[in-house]
Amino acid sequence: MKERKKLLVVAGLGSTSWDITAAGDSDLSFPTWGAMGQAAMIGLGLAMAQPQRRVLVITGDGEMLMGLGSLATIGVQQPKNLALVVIDNERYGETGMQATHTAHGVDLAAVAAACGFKDSRLIRKSAELNDFYHAIRAGVGPLFAAIKVIDEKLPLVLPPHDGVLLKERFRKALLGKSADVLPEES
Amino acid sequence: MWSDEVHRELVAARVRLVGYVPDAGHKRLIELCQADKGMRAVPLTTEEEGIGLAAGAWLGGMRSVLLMQSSGVGNLVNVLGMVKVCRFPLVVIVTMRGEPGEFNPWQVPMGEATARVLETMGVAVRQAGEAQTVAPHVRAALRIAFQAQGAEAVLVAQKVIGIKSFQEQANQ
Repeated sequence: MKERKKLLVVAGLGSTSWDITAAGDSDLSFPTWGAMGQAAMIGLGLAMAQPQRRVLVITGDGEMLMGLGSLATIGVQQPKNLALVVIDNERYGETGMQATHTAHGVDLAAVAAACGFKDSRLIRKSAELNDFYHAIRAGVGPLFAAIKVIDEKLPLVLPPHDGVLLKERFRKALLGKSADVLPEES
Repeated sequence: MWSDEVHRELVAARVRLVGYVPDAGHKRLIELCQADKGMRAVPLTTEEEGIGLAAGAWLGGMRSVLLMQSSGVGNLVNVLGMVKVCRFPLVVIVTMRGEPGEFNPWQVPMGEATARVLETMGVAVRQAGEAQTVAPHVRAALRIAFQAQGAEAVLVAQKVIGIKSFQEQANQ
């Protein structure tokens, strides 16, 4: 958390939302509980709205597979400040650990590279992570990494359920007073 | 033309981001948004990407709208759940297919269901049946979305678009 600094974080539904909460809940995290397939696109919208800030999307392989087209959309926009990380356990973790397409060899890092991500990696060893952490903070995006992990069940640390709270706390922390939605002269 | 009027409304409402899946009826509005240096026009592979894009932009303090045709509304259903549960502002401008004048029967079922699908998922529907009513509906939708975090759709009737065949579409 200390190293996170001003990073804006979006997490896909399921394990990655629990993971970012276990690492320390923050107002500048937007964990999702639904809208499967949209984590990367939420990250793109945020990165386009906040070009001076770094945006990190953390999601699972199942969630990413449902929004595969968004890799092409991000490839077209080339946001320099966006990094997309797939925590790939090759399983649908919330529904009974069924195999996802990545268990059968579908290579998400290769898809991202083919869609125009500037830096796309398949990470299998923890020794490779440090270099990627540096790239998230200083590299020219869009960046992508599929990080292969073992399919273990850990105690769940859940973020707030209330979508309005998650949205409003994020905007308040990021935008300050201008987060307030006020009537305008028309 | 209605597209020019709508573009002026988007500028007045400080919309900076326009997600779209093309439709012939949106051709001019897409071109106006692409040519506008104050806007980013983002082509999407499927309409639901636009919901994520709009949500992320709002989290970052930027106003956006989505352009699509009525068949694309079917692709939005599940992700509209996030709009409702988080109360994200949303403005969708939908050009209608499957109405009188439609040449392709495969467009009819989704065209007939478009308004009901949106309303079922909590999106307020405004029917713009005449060219001169499109911009006023868009203005009202923008105000409710960005000043009260409402979810709004403006349906532009097929007779306003006036496309009848592939040949005429190709000649546009």
